[in-house]
Formats: sequence, structure tokens, C-alpha cells
Amino acid sequence: MLSLVWLIPALPLAGFVFLLVAGRSIGEPNAGWIATAVSGSSFVATLVVFAGLLERDGENRIFEQVLFDWLPVGSLEVEAGFLVDPLSITMALFITGVGSLIHLYSIGYMHGDENYSKFFVYLNLFLFSMLMLVLGNNLVITFLGWEGVGACSYFLVSFWHTRESAATAGKKAFVTNRVGDWGFMLATFLLWTSIGTITYVDIGPAAGSLTNTTATAIALLFLVAAAGKSAQLPLYVWLPDAMEGPTPVSAMVHAATMVTSGVYLLVRMNPILTDNAQTVIAVVGVATALFAALAAVAQHDIKKVLAYSTVSQLGFMFLAIGSGAYVAAIFHVITHAFFKALLFLGSGSVIHGMQDEQDMRKMGALRKAMPLTAATFIVGWLAIAGVPPFAGFWSKDEILLAAWEVDGIGKGLWAVGLFTALLTAYYMSRQVFLVFFGEARWNDNRPQGQPEVVPHESSWTMVLPLGVLAVAAMVGGAINLPIFEEWLVLEHFLEPVFEYGRLHHFESTTATKVSLAVVAVIAGLVGMAIAAAAWLQKRIPTDRLEPKFLENAMYVDATYAKIVGGPGQKSFDAIAAGDQKLVDGAVNGAGRLVQKIGLLIQPGQSGMLRQYAIGIALGGLAIVVWLLSAAL
Amino acid sequence: MILAQLSNFEGPSIDWLPLTPQIILVVAALVILLVTSLSPAKVSDSFSTAVTVGSGVAAGVVAWFVWNDIRDEGPSSTVAGAVGVDGFSIFFTILTLSALVATSLVGHSYIKREQMAAPEFSALLLLTAVGAIVMASANDLIVLFIGLEALSIGLYVMAAMQFRRREAQEAAMKYFVLGAFSSAFFLYGIALVYGATGSTNLVNIAAYFNTIGSRINNLELFYVGMALMLVGLAFKVAAAPFHFWAPDVYQGSPSPVSGYMASAAKAAGFAAMLRIFFVAFSRTSADWTPIVAVLSAITLIVGAVMAITQNDVKRMLAFSSVGHAGYVLVAVQAATSDGTSAALFYLFTYTFMVIGSFAVVSLLGWNDGHDVSRYEGLARRRPLIAVAFTVFLLGQAGVPFTSGFVGKFLVIRSAVDDEIYWLAVLAMVVSVITAFMYLRIISNMWDREVDVADAPRLSVPLTTGFVVVVCAMITVVYGVIPQSLIEFARDAVPVLVAGG
Repeated sequence: MLSLVWLIPALPLAGFVFLLVAGRSIGEPNAGWIATAVSGSSFVATLVVFAGLLERDGENRIFEQVLFDWLPVGSLEVEAGFLVDPLSITMALFITGVGSLIHLYSIGYMHGDENYSKFFVYLNLFLFSMLMLVLGNNLVITFLGWEGVGACSYFLVSFWHTRESAATAGKKAFVTNRVGDWGFMLATFLLWTSIGTITYVDIGPAAGSLTNTTATAIALLFLVAAAGKSAQLPLYVWLPDAMEGPTPVSAMVHAATMVTSGVYLLVRMNPILTDNAQTVIAVVGVATALFAALAAVAQHDIKKVLAYSTVSQLGFMFLAIGSGAYVAAIFHVITHAFFKALLFLGSGSVIHGMQDEQDMRKMGALRKAMPLTAATFIVGWLAIAGVPPFAGFWSKDEILLAAWEVDGIGKGLWAVGLFTALLTAYYMSRQVFLVFFGEARWNDNRPQGQPEVVPHESSWTMVLPLGVLAVAAMVGGAINLPIFEEWLVLEHFLEPVFEYGRLHHFESTTATKVSLAVVAVIAGLVGMAIAAAAWLQKRIPTDRLEPKFLENAMYVDATYAKIVGGPGQKSFDAIAAGDQKLVDGAVNGAGRLVQKIGLLIQPGQSGMLRQYAIGIALGGLAIVVWLLSAAL
Repeated sequence: MILAQLSNFEGPSIDWLPLTPQIILVVAALVILLVTSLSPAKVSDSFSTAVTVGSGVAAGVVAWFVWNDIRDEGPSSTVAGAVGVDGFSIFFTILTLSALVATSLVGHSYIKREQMAAPEFSALLLLTAVGAIVMASANDLIVLFIGLEALSIGLYVMAAMQFRRREAQEAAMKYFVLGAFSSAFFLYGIALVYGATGSTNLVNIAAYFNTIGSRINNLELFYVGMALMLVGLAFKVAAAPFHFWAPDVYQGSPSPVSGYMASAAKAAGFAAMLRIFFVAFSRTSADWTPIVAVLSAITLIVGAVMAITQNDVKRMLAFSSVGHAGYVLVAVQAATSDGTSAALFYLFTYTFMVIGSFAVVSLLGWNDGHDVSRYEGLARRRPLIAVAFTVFLLGQAGVPFTSGFVGKFLVIRSAVDDEIYWLAVLAMVVSVITAFMYLRIISNMWDREVDVADAPRLSVPLTTGFVVVVCAMITVVYGVIPQSLIEFARDAVPVLVAGG
């Protein structure tokens, strides 16, 4: 059964090719159903492979399928192949599972879009790339998937590229991600020159021969890669903007799957994560978590809150990796995929029902108009706020416990993490109260002549995934309950993957564990209480709770724009304003800078023969002088 | 008296088989010129193309036999050690012949459309190919120079063949003046090296260093000569800051000729560079490798930065071709066998990508320019061409599972092996930057929003379509199963064998 692994990515690939060719002619809604069907079949194939893996004993749960030798060059062997082990199959399971639900949801959400079939073409291509990323048996195959998901994300964010902001956001995602890609390439080459292999099963045993400095350097370069893809400080800027894409894309690409590939990469590279590298990862993670949570507090756009919240939760995952709690990181990846996909899809349902309104100030009291959406959204809220026994409580609790036990800075990491958890509970409560409770503000300040907004519940294809995800967000914690040793299913399943890594082992007494959990729950409740007092009962003046400073995410993005893009904040938008095409005008940000340099040296390319000849002569003279001065 | 001396003159023994490919091409060129000028009725253009393609294939078959001989009996040299017979010369013979055949097929339909002279085009193409092959197999600097001039002079004329276009005249003029300028550098360099070492034969030059070691007498003389030769060859391969001619010339020349310049002519320049510097000057490699490293860095940066600012696809490809020269230089500066075979692999795969790209450009570009906007909606007008062009662009961007990725991979690996990390890092950064440019063309092609209903019908002649599809297939095949080509490139590292 294990040998069926090639089917997992092959199915979405086939769907992609088929829809690329025939998508337009079969049209809506059949294109969507076909895409959903291949995605679902891929999930079934994953289940079959998973069953095959379970038949084996704990230590033998590794299966490699080599399709062919790809680059047999001297000492370096790069194969095109798949690796099935507990880590990759866990990722594949939730990617295909959540992915299928989001495909189903999109059938209703994209209803009536003129590029309906194209959307599913990209969605299937994305799924294929994501599966290559996690199932590849070496870094080059992972890199292929890594590039693929990046390109798809870029296509999907700018899907409505007639919207100017969408085109800009697509470009920004692309530029920022290229910074990360560069880290990936460099790290891969360094790893290969140091230990002579980039195949995952060989990296573990060989990692011991690395010097501490080299291993740290490689790990930090991988951190650059992961920070780009997983939106960590300082490369997070693209993710909030990426919300310009259709909401199912935000749910799938920018919450559940792609953004967690940085977490996957670092967990996969656990044998080379040294103590120093772990410390850096933990600090980056906790700083990102806090920073993004502060920004989320003051957002008005329903999706922007969730976007900053995603950045913040990814920060928690990095904190877990930095603390050596790899299982907790993957655990949180899974539970987060459940509740964040749920919240995003719920917000999409709200936006849909409110006729494309995204400003929470114009919502309110929607629980009556959209009871199913409201009920499921509330489940997601409780899960992310860390209320037991919802899924988010268990995974977040484990991360905070791991941070607490880190030597040296552990207590500090824990305190910041705890405060972030409080903020998380606060901003999510604020969102829920603003959208679903209070008085209806649907038609406040409505311009004359516009039809009245009458919210309505969404179709069954949209509500069904919400229901499934709500159940998962409720009971998802059950895969790793710290109550009895044998209930730690995920931990025991994943443990063989970390044979060569610095895996954190929990050592606190039960009393400590329980008290930390109680403190965390209290923090969550305090956050919810503050939100209730401010937004439900209006006992705290709310205008002071939304400082401009936080709403603009402390102006980090704007500062980048100033530094990278030349004078003024406009730079990131300048090109998009000039042209509404995808990459037209080449690039913004970094690309813009390069372009300016190009224009500076352009006069050299004047078309004048004399100048060209002088260029040659001067170049020749320089070489002669160099050689003579070096030699004599 | 002269006659008396001649009668005493005994020519060197010549092994004719390795020279047969060149001879076939020269004969084919003469046949084309003779038949078309002597025939009373007008000879169809297809005749010229057929003879060119036929002779190219025949020469390739002979080259294959020579290759088998070399593998059995080892490399050798002929014509008194002036022409090398090794895997290296066969590798570049096959590369040049591929470029010749592909360019001839693309040119066939282009000539018809632009009403150019077919026999002259074919004959010049054949003769420049001979020049390129001679350059790659020369074991003597004088022979090498003859090959270089045969290649260059033919190209000057080919650049000007659309003489009705002002840009073509300008391009040819610039190419000629600057080409002559750089040839003078090269020739003067040969003279100085001869003065310092006492020979123009690469075997003797290498031997001179081996006996003298570092206590060479006329060191200044030699170094100046080496520098001047480097300038001449850097001009040929369009390395910055000797690249200024390339964008103007590529843009002004007929598109199939631009593709030929970027493939065969560039490859010949690199062949000469590798044989002279890597083999004959290997004892002084510590002196010239840093210079080549700096050249490659400048070339990479200039190619990337300038390419990004262009709106004209032909010009974009011209600057991107400058950038690709930078990648090959990264491998050259490693001055190792691995580096050399990486350069060979890169040049071979780039040949197909660039000829294919310019073939597509020749389909879309009429005389009034090649703006990117012209490619909007191409995917809906000509899906197969759009897919192929996408493959070429992805290949040049270095996306995995195209031959371009493997090439970049091997090149960067050679720099990493050589521990020139700064250059490896730079090469990676540049590949990141240039991806924008290629993606920009691709997204234009696949843009579904554009209304293509009113666009004029785009006719794709059979020969051009064939070349485009085959080049795309080769780009993908060598991206997925590169092993055979990697091995060929490894066996093709140049060696010097003294004349027997």
C-alpha cells in the first residue's frame, strides 16, 4: 500500500492538467466538482498510505520510493523520490483533508466568477506543489514544491488582479518570498558541501559530523527561508496584504497549508538545529507572535484580524521549534489548520452574506441572520482563545509548557507567550462581538441609492465544510492528550523522526503542568472579559483600544516601503497604479530598486559606437593593469 | 627559386577523417552558391535549406564516428598538432551543427517572409559554422584566429542581411567596427604571447610553462598578451564590460541570426577561452581566475539589472544572454574539470533554449518591434507555441526539471567546490532577480483577460514550429534525465596532444 504514495500528488496534478485543457468548456460548477473530486481522492490515497505505514513497527516507519535518479553527479546523488514517514504523512493527511473541504467550499464561494475554472486550475496546482513539498525525499524536491506553492500563492492572491491592491499584494508576496528562497538555496548548497548529502534519511546520521558553527549557519539560513514562507519577522509583511485573494485561498494557502511549510522545513531539519539556532528561532517566533497579536488588536477588516492572527500563531509554532518541542509545533500546525481554516471560511461566509462587506464596523448581530456560520465561528473562536477542551487549548498549552522549561530565557519566553495568548483571546473576542453580537450596523452610512444589505446564510457547500471543521476544532486536541502517557498518540507516532535532533523532553511535575495550564486558561478568560466589557457592554471607551500605531502594524511595512522603494510610501503601490497587469513594470520593492539602478547605468548603453569602444578599451586596460600589478 | 623551395616542402601528415565535418560544410556552401548562380531558372529556396540541413546532419554523423574513434584510441591531434581531435572538439562540433540545423530551419520561413536572399544566408551560415568548429578544435593560436575571423566576418554580413531596415545596417556596422577592434586586441595578444613563449602552439606554450615553471623570463610580455586575448574572447562571448554591442546587434539582426549568435558564436568563444586558459595557461591559473571571477560577477549583475528594465522582448533576451555568459564564466573561473564540464553542459542546453526563444520571437516580431505587450494572450492564440516559450523562459530562469536548472546547479556547484562562495551566492541572487523578467513575459502570454478576437492570425510555418517543439522537448528531457549529457560533457574536457 505504501507504494501508492506517488498517487497522492499525481491526482491533483492530473486534475490540474485536465482542468487546464478542458476547464473552460466544462465550466461552472462541474470544474469545481472535478477539482474537489481529485482532491478528495488524493485524501483517500493518503489514508491508504497511512494505513500501510501503521502496519509497520515504530522504528521501521520509513518508506522511500525513488522514481528515478535525477542528478547523478559525482558525489552528489539527487533522486526524484518520495519519503513516507510519520512527519510527511501527518502533513499530507491534513493538507489533503482540509484542502478537500476548502475545494468543496470554493464551489459555492466562487459562484458566478468569470474565471471560475481557472481558480480551480490554480487550486489543484497548489495542492500538487504542497504535496511535493512535504512528500519529497530530499531538499531539491522540497524546493520544487516550495517554488510551486509560492508561484500559486502569487497567482491566487492576484486572482482578482483587476483590483489594483490585489496586483500589488501578489507582487509583494512574490518579492518577499524570493528573499526566503535565496536562503533555502544557500542552505542547501552549504549542507551539501558540508556533509555531502541532501537526502532526508541521510542527513540525520551525517549531521553529527557538522561543526557547531556550520550547523548553526545552515540552520539560520533555513530560518530565513522559513521566515519568508511562514511570515515571521521581519519578512511577514506580505501575509496581511495577501488577504486580497479570494477567501478560500486565504483559508487554504495563507492559514492551513503553505504558511506552515516553514514549520515543516525546520522540523524536518531538526538534526541540524543547534542550541544557538534554537534560541534564535524561539526569539524570532515569540517576537512575531507578540508583534502580530498587537497589530491584530486594532484591525477593522474582518480578514486582516485573521491574517495578523495567523502570523501570530505561526510565531507560536516557531517558539515551539525553538524550544525543541517539535511535536508541539506540528500539533499546533494541525489544530491551527482546523480552527483557522474554519475562521477564514466563516469570515468568507460572512463577507458573502454581507454582499462583499469586510469592515467589521458595518456588521453586528449577524448570529440571527447567519446562525450556522455564527455557531461554527464561535467554536473556532473558543479553540483559538485556548478554552479547554477545544483543540487550540491543548496545542498552545504544550508550547507554553515547553517554553517554560527552556534553560535560561525560558521563563521570559513563557511570559511573552502568555501575554500573547491573552491578546489572542482579546482580539478574537472583539471580532466575534463586533460581527455576531451587538446591534446591527449593516446599513449605517450607506450612500444614497445603494440597495440595502440583507445578510443571508450561505449555501450548503459552504456550510458543510464549516461544520466538519468545527467538529475538528472541537475534538482535534484528542490526537495528543497529555493526560495519560498512551494518549499522546501524535507524540509517539512522530518520535522516530527526531532520532538525531535535540528533542525537548518534558520534565515538569504534574503540579507545575496543571498550574501553568490554569494560568493560561485564566489569561484567556481575562482577555475575553476585557473584550466583553469593551465591545459588548461598552464599559470601556473603545476608541482608545484601537490606536493608529497598532492599526498600521507599528508602521513596519511602511518603513520597508520607504527604505526599499525609494522616497515615499507610494513605492510599493507605484507600479500597480501605473499598470494593472500582473508583473508588468517588472517588480516593486526590491525589483524597483534594481530597476532604478538599471536606469542609472542605462546611459552607458547609449547606442554610441565610440562609447562602446571606450568601454572595451578601459576594460582591457583594467585587466592589463590588474595582471601586471599582481604579477610584478 | 620559390618553386625549388616548394618542391622541398613536405606538408604535415593529415588525418582526414576528423576534418571531414568541416569539409562537408564548406563543400555544401560552395554547392549552394554554384548551383543557384549558374542555374538558368530560379532555384527554390528550399534547395538551400535542404542542402544546409542535409550537410549538417551528415557532418554530425561523421562527427559521431570520430567520437567513437576517440573513445577507443584516445585523443590525438592532426595537421602537425595544429588541430586537436578530442571529445571537446566533437562536443562543440555537435553543438554548432545543432545550432546550424535549427537556425537554417527557422531562417527558411523567416527569409521567405522578409524576402531575404536564401542562398547567401545558407552559405554564410555554413561557413560561420566551419569557423566555430575550427575555433573549438584549434590547438594553435593562429588556426584559432582564422576560425574566429571566419565566424565573425560571416556574422557581420548576416547581421546586415535585412538591409532595408535601418536598425540592421546600424547593428552590422557596430558589430563590424567593434568586432574588428576586439579582434585586434586578440591578435596583438597572440603576438605578445608568442614573443614571451616562443610558440603559438598551445601544446608548446603549456610545455614551456612546465619546463620554465614560474621563472619565466618575459613575464610582463606574457601577462599583457594574456590580458589582451582575454579581452578579445570576452567580447565574443559578450561578457561585461565588453558586451555593449550585444543588445544593439541582437536587436537589429534578423531574429534567427540573433539566436545563432547567442548560441553557436557564444559557445565558440567559450570553447576558445576554455582551451586556451584552462588548458594552455593552466600553470598561471592563479593569476587569471580572479579576473574571470570579477568579469563573471560584473556580467551577471549587468545582465540581470539591464534585462529587468527592458520592455522589448528581443532586447530582454539579449541582456539575458549577457547574464548567461556570466553563469558560464562562473564555471570557467573554477578552472577545474568539473567546472569545465559544467560550462559545456550549460552552453549545450542554453543553445536549444535560446534558439527556441528567438524562433518564437521571429514568429511574433515584425519589423515594428517586439514589445512585451505583443505577447499578451498568446496562450489562447497559439497554445503550443506559448507552452514551448514558457518552457524556454522557465529553463532560462532555472526552474527545476528544466535543463536550465541542471546547468545552473552544476555551475554553482563548481564555484562552491572551488570555495569561491561569494560568487556562488551572487549567482543565486541574480537567478532570483532575473526570474521576474521571465515571469513577466510568461504572465503576459497566459493572461486570459486580453481580448484576442481582433488579433491578426499568427501563422506558424512548419519548419519553425518543428524547431520550437523539438527545442522545448530537449529542454525538458535534459532537465529530467540529464545524465547522458552530463557524461558527455565530462568526457569532453579538453586535452592537449602534441602533433605526431
